[in-house]
Amino acid sequence: MKRIYVNEKWCLGCHLCEYECAFANSGLDDIVKALKGKPVYPRVTVEDCGEVHFAVNCRHCSDAVCVRSCISGALSKGDDGVVRIDREKCVGCLTCVLVCPYGAVMPAPDGHAAMKCQLCTDNGFGEPNCVKHCPNNAIVFEERAEVRA
Amino acid sequence: MLLREGQFRNPSGCAVTGVIDRSGKGMTGEGMIEAISVMHDRSNGLGGGYAGYGIYPHYKDFYAFHLFYETRAAKEQTEAFIARHFEIVYSSEIQTRRIPTVTDEPEIFRYFLAPLPRKLANSHLDEREYVARCVIRVNSEIDGAYVFSSGKNMGIFKGVGFPEDIGRFYRLEEYEGYAWTCHGRYPTNTPGWWGGAHPFGLLDFSVVHNGEISSYDANRRYIEMFGYRCTLQTDTEVITYIIDYLVRKRGLTLSETAHVIAASFWTTIGQKDAAAREQETLLRRMFPSLLVTGPFSIILGYEGGLMALGDRLKLRSTVCAERGDIAYIASEESAIRRIAPDLDRVWSPAGGEPVVFELYGKEGRAQ
Amino acid sequence: MNIYIRPEYEVVRDENRCIACRVCERQCANEVHRFDPETGRMIAESDKCVNCHRCVCLCPTHALKIVKSDDTYKTNANWDNQTINEVYKQANSGGVLLSSMGNPKPYPVFWDKMLINASQVTNPPIDPLREPMETQLWLGRRSAAIERDEKGRLKNTLAPQLKLNVPILFSAMSYGSISYNAHESLARAAEELGTYYNTGEGGLHKDFYKYGKNTIVQVASGRFGVFEGYLESAAAIEIKMGQGAKPGIGGHLPGAKISADVSETRMIPQGVDAISPAPHHDIYSIEDLRQLVYSLKEATAYKKPVIVKIAAVHNIAAIASGIARSGADVIAIDGYRGGTGAAPTRIRDNVGIPIELALAEVDQRLRDEGIRDDVSILVGGSIRSSADVVKAIALGADACYIGTAALLALGCHLCRTCHAGRCNWGIATQRPDLVKRLNPDIGYKRLVNLVTAWNHEIQEMMGGMGINSIEALRGNRLMLRGLGLNEAELRILGIKYAGESM
Repeated sequence: MKRIYVNEKWCLGCHLCEYECAFANSGLDDIVKALKGKPVYPRVTVEDCGEVHFAVNCRHCSDAVCVRSCISGALSKGDDGVVRIDREKCVGCLTCVLVCPYGAVMPAPDGHAAMKCQLCTDNGFGEPNCVKHCPNNAIVFEERAEVRA
Repeated sequence: MLLREGQFRNPSGCAVTGVIDRSGKGMTGEGMIEAISVMHDRSNGLGGGYAGYGIYPHYKDFYAFHLFYETRAAKEQTEAFIARHFEIVYSSEIQTRRIPTVTDEPEIFRYFLAPLPRKLANSHLDEREYVARCVIRVNSEIDGAYVFSSGKNMGIFKGVGFPEDIGRFYRLEEYEGYAWTCHGRYPTNTPGWWGGAHPFGLLDFSVVHNGEISSYDANRRYIEMFGYRCTLQTDTEVITYIIDYLVRKRGLTLSETAHVIAASFWTTIGQKDAAAREQETLLRRMFPSLLVTGPFSIILGYEGGLMALGDRLKLRSTVCAERGDIAYIASEESAIRRIAPDLDRVWSPAGGEPVVFELYGKEGRAQ
Repeated sequence: MNIYIRPEYEVVRDENRCIACRVCERQCANEVHRFDPETGRMIAESDKCVNCHRCVCLCPTHALKIVKSDDTYKTNANWDNQTINEVYKQANSGGVLLSSMGNPKPYPVFWDKMLINASQVTNPPIDPLREPMETQLWLGRRSAAIERDEKGRLKNTLAPQLKLNVPILFSAMSYGSISYNAHESLARAAEELGTYYNTGEGGLHKDFYKYGKNTIVQVASGRFGVFEGYLESAAAIEIKMGQGAKPGIGGHLPGAKISADVSETRMIPQGVDAISPAPHHDIYSIEDLRQLVYSLKEATAYKKPVIVKIAAVHNIAAIASGIARSGADVIAIDGYRGGTGAAPTRIRDNVGIPIELALAEVDQRLRDEGIRDDVSILVGGSIRSSADVVKAIALGADACYIGTAALLALGCHLCRTCHAGRCNWGIATQRPDLVKRLNPDIGYKRLVNLVTAWNHEIQEMMGGMGINSIEALRGNRLMLRGLGLNEAELRILGIKYAGESM
């Protein structure tokens, strides 16, 4: 399946992806309206350590621990390989947040559920907005050999 | 005031035709007059001319100069120049016939010449180069004089008017030659200068041309590096110089020359067999500035043969035909059919493909 | 701190749009932007801004713009703001003013005063979408003897030439003045386009030897990075005698840009200014040049063309004639608008002549002397578009070098501060965090796009003229007409005025 990959060599640590992600998932059509004066809750986070930068988001693992550990059946892996979370079923126990080895699942702003990257299939953007706006092609959306996790 | 030929660049459309009897038998100029008259609409009465080969058998070892004189002074000056450089074997006015539509003719003279041996030896030049330089000097330095034919055993006859009228004016039915070419001109300006008509010639080369080449200034500025002066600013003139340079000065064959002037596209060359690919690539790499682009179809006349060549996109028509020993070339098939209704073979050569008709027994061009 | 000089440009932030994401802050190597935790707003210090537009381009909400400051001294047509500021700057520092990129002064641009012909009626335009349209050419000496083998076939007596698929090459920009990633982008683009890039005078990084067949290596007065393997790796060798941005002086690479890698490639110590001598100290005259040309040919077994690059100066035609007789295969002429990584401002802005006039003079002189075929002519020094390329070739050039246009394709915004070494676009810098901002996967593709686009346009214009080979355009000055030029300019350019017939 096509996944989002990050090439650390080209990640500049500009954090644009975080804002573009938050905007894409805001449900609003204007980035200023979506983000101005509000806390930002991106599903991708850039890890910085000195000169090393790395944007982290969900790997959509083949055998995803978050899916296996979900106590309410809210997390599932679709036929398309995308790991999704059903907000209606999620009870907000945050087990998935604890078990994800990448820190790619996080509490939603309302605190009642978890949230994660769903490759922008759950918003109006259709293609991952972080990929589209990465100025240096550090974040790519492509087919590669299966990831085991 | 309208500028005259040479003071501006004068592109023109045209009709061309040529004929050769490969057995060497003579034909009068009448056939050409007949043929070109069919293509009357391809000319506009502002220029016509002929080149005949083998027409001066009695003087075949001498350079036949045909000259236009506009003033007595030009004639005196030119004759003095000629006398300093040549032995004048025979000279006379060229006999013409009064034709109502042919007017304002200059004085037209003919000289049979042999270079003065001492002068030639002192020049350290090859004989043909010596003669060519003399022609270029008269044409570029003497105001009102113009050498329009300078080969051996051949002659160019041209003027302002429809070509069929020009042919009768020069009484071409009285000349016999084994090959003829003819040109009817459709210039897009009206200079009315006789020297501007075609064919254009240098030594035994004569060129008739139909088209307007887009590479003109690239070709001109290149060829002028080698002593040529494009005083007329016509395509025909520059093409003649290119052929003279490549064949006479550099020693290329006619076919090699055709591969320079109307080189195949690189993609086409790439598809040819290794030997052809190598030769044609080399020619393009050596003489890129002599590639001629834009529409043209020319007939080159030379001692012993004719060559037809069209541009590589075939933007101008050329038809070739054969009937027995006689071969024909024309802008339109109708011109050939007029003088030879039954033909053994008629075809349209591909763009950039040279068609050469030569006297039997002549292998390539005599240098 | 210079109290006299106020910033020439101001950073303007639309507070209604700024979301304080701090992308501008992270992206500005000049530290213009800063987040103020107390107010939760961004603050900008305009006097540090070089107007490179990195923040403007990356701001996700388009909240930023840079405007020319309307703060002004008392209006004076003679003493304009910049002139006054430069005096203050020198009074402050006591130093020579340094600048980068090409001469920005409002001198006439002759390209913009020449118009191209097209066919109508008497001669058909050619449609490049439907007919072959050749932009391929060979660079180098063309004059060669006609010799035949025993079968009568022509022998190849030509000196080595360079084959180009497009009449455009990337001009000399050294590793050091520009980054590793910029070089990689140029090398890969040259390879894909079937043309050449030029190492400049900074040697060739060991990783790039694999692009050798698309590389022109430069030998300059500093001889940085020159050794046998360097010469042998290349398709051609260029002797740099001069540069359009700074005729009469040598290259200058500030020590700050001499990283470990640059130091290894240039074979010079790290962190120390690399200043090339003004002349080659083995060339004080034309006969000395001939010796260097032949030394380089000897060193490479006469297998590579040698280019001699000179700046366009007043006596250019005679100099070019001398070079053509020195054994060089190609003359590269760099006009006074040519770019640089660092040059004294006064020299950049006041020395040299326009490439259009220099080219026209050189081409005509070489023809007058009958030696135009002994050399090809490459021109650079502000070729800004495909139309400039067409005009240059019609004036007589064989092909064009592009430098600034190539850098623009890589993201350069012509802030003209390369000498500071803090290029926010990852081009004119050696700081690893900045260099990585230029991903060569993107960079090379943009270069390929640019040249491909220009080539399409060149083909369109050629087709309009009824010319289907770039070689039939070379020196075809009847295809140009002047507009707004005086008699002397028309004479030097060798073209007629618009409206004059053929």
